[in-house]
Amino acid sequence: MNFMIHANHLLVLFTLSTMLSMLWFLLSLLSLLLLPCLRPCFPAKGSLKNKKKIDKGTYVVGEEETPKELQRELMPRHVAVIMDGNRRWAKQTGLLTSQGYEAGAKRLLEFADLCFKLGINTVSAFAFSTENWGRHKIEVKCLMYLFQRYLKSKIQFFQSKEIRVSVIGNLAKIPESLLRTVHELEEATKSYKKKHLILAIDYSGRFDILGACKSIVKKSEQGLIREEDVDETLFERELQTKCTEFPSPDLLIRTSGEQRISNFFLWQLAYTELFFSPVLWPDFDKQKFIEALVSYQRRDRRFGSRL
Amino acid sequence: MAELPGQIRRMSGGISQLLEQIYGFSRRCLFRVISMGPIPSHLAFIMDGNRRYAKKHGLEDGSGHKAGFSALMSMLQYCYELGIKYVTIYAFSIDNFRRQPEEVQSLMDLMLEKIKSLLEKESIVHQYGIRVYFIGNLALLNDQVRAAAEKVMKITAKNSRVVLLICIAYNSTNEIVQAVKKSCINTSDNMEAYGNDKHEDRDSDIEGTDMENQEKRIQLVDIEENMQMSVAPNPDILIRSSGETRLSNFLLWQTGNTQLFSPASLWPEIGLRHLLWAVLNFQRNQSYLEKRKKQL
Repeated sequence: MNFMIHANHLLVLFTLSTMLSMLWFLLSLLSLLLLPCLRPCFPAKGSLKNKKKIDKGTYVVGEEETPKELQRELMPRHVAVIMDGNRRWAKQTGLLTSQGYEAGAKRLLEFADLCFKLGINTVSAFAFSTENWGRHKIEVKCLMYLFQRYLKSKIQFFQSKEIRVSVIGNLAKIPESLLRTVHELEEATKSYKKKHLILAIDYSGRFDILGACKSIVKKSEQGLIREEDVDETLFERELQTKCTEFPSPDLLIRTSGEQRISNFFLWQLAYTELFFSPVLWPDFDKQKFIEALVSYQRRDRRFGSRL
Repeated sequence: MAELPGQIRRMSGGISQLLEQIYGFSRRCLFRVISMGPIPSHLAFIMDGNRRYAKKHGLEDGSGHKAGFSALMSMLQYCYELGIKYVTIYAFSIDNFRRQPEEVQSLMDLMLEKIKSLLEKESIVHQYGIRVYFIGNLALLNDQVRAAAEKVMKITAKNSRVVLLICIAYNSTNEIVQAVKKSCINTSDNMEAYGNDKHEDRDSDIEGTDMENQEKRIQLVDIEENMQMSVAPNPDILIRSSGETRLSNFLLWQTGNTQLFSPASLWPEIGLRHLLWAVLNFQRNQSYLEKRKKQL
């Protein structure tokens, strides 16, 4: 009898423990399946997080509210950009090269507008290098036509936003129509002081330095300056960036992953912080720019001297 | 029994020597493989991060630079073994004179000591037949350092296998202004000679076109010829250690098309892997660059 009772107890215990372990197993399986859905989703590359921050900014009219990651007082005064990757972008998205350039031009205007809203005074962009003349003739012609059409159509835009536009470069080889548009645009916007967009068309850093050299020779021949007065400060004033109060960019951004200056500003980049982004220019949106600015604001600029 | 520690020491010394030789041999084999592809002819270094290294390891101030010097010697050895003909280093900038006087003085003392050591028989200069140039405004240096530098340049002038350019008291903007001044002087000398010849030949009124001619006569090549760095081709790669991505007024004119590379390691921590990475990247981009050069 006792034995039977014990056996019964054992059986009950065994059954209970089996049921408990099965329950435990089921619960663990369930938690493994449900947990990813219960926790908040972490999207790729933090775009959702930043999107929220972007939304915060766009509701403010006029000046952009400084994003949380940035400090207003550490904003660069002059940002330069090498807009590389338009053709690759067009190829990737299955568009024509000309459409790639159009997307690039559109991106530049958005970029410049964003810069000014964030309190950056001067923006310069490497639109066309002296070395680009070596590209296919039709491509070059298309590019020149794009510049002319785009700039002409945006004169009112620049005026409404009070953006001064200057074009630097050799300008000797560009078509007459583009040259006329350039003059028209510069004339229409020359009175604006707070926001400055500098477009480098047919520009080469070396030719800029050579031009400054020739200008100094001319002035010394005319007796305006003495040879012993020629120093770095005076030389800088003869470069094509003399149109702006801040000729040296604080930050240079080059897109598409190439890590070269490609004969853009040479003298002016002496102490510029360089930022190379793997993104192609038409994809360089606000979020990518903020990443560049965050990197810039973190840097310790010593200019050779302090610890 | 008393001999045992000595024997152990000798053995471990022998083992480490053997390991070093094996390492050196495998490194040279690796370089042989890599040099099947294009090798850069000129590499430039900005040796940044010595002070931060000393701080990080709790060393006294000057030790960071000493560690940096050893790292430099290793790098030079790797570069010359790989077959890179020109190496330029940014030793001291004109801006660095604005640092604390004690630091500047200790740097000058260190540089004097190291410049003198270049002339020793066992130095890397003799090992690889290096021709040394000191590039910069040498007048800003103290007499001892300048004299030592000039001596080294004179003695190594006959070497031609590989070249080491040491930028000391150097600023690229300063170099450009000096080159511009020199080309202006040369041009006006040439114009005078040209003008004299003209007067000898015939009576012609050339006053009006003089300035135009003078302007035309100054070309890019004139400025380039008068650059101190004209003794070497433009750098193919510029490596700046410590993760900072800026040029700091170094070779601005020459690095228009140079591949820039900024590893995060501090200069004394720089090693073979960084050089390999830079060279491999260079080789990857080389075909694109060749195509662009043809376009020009």
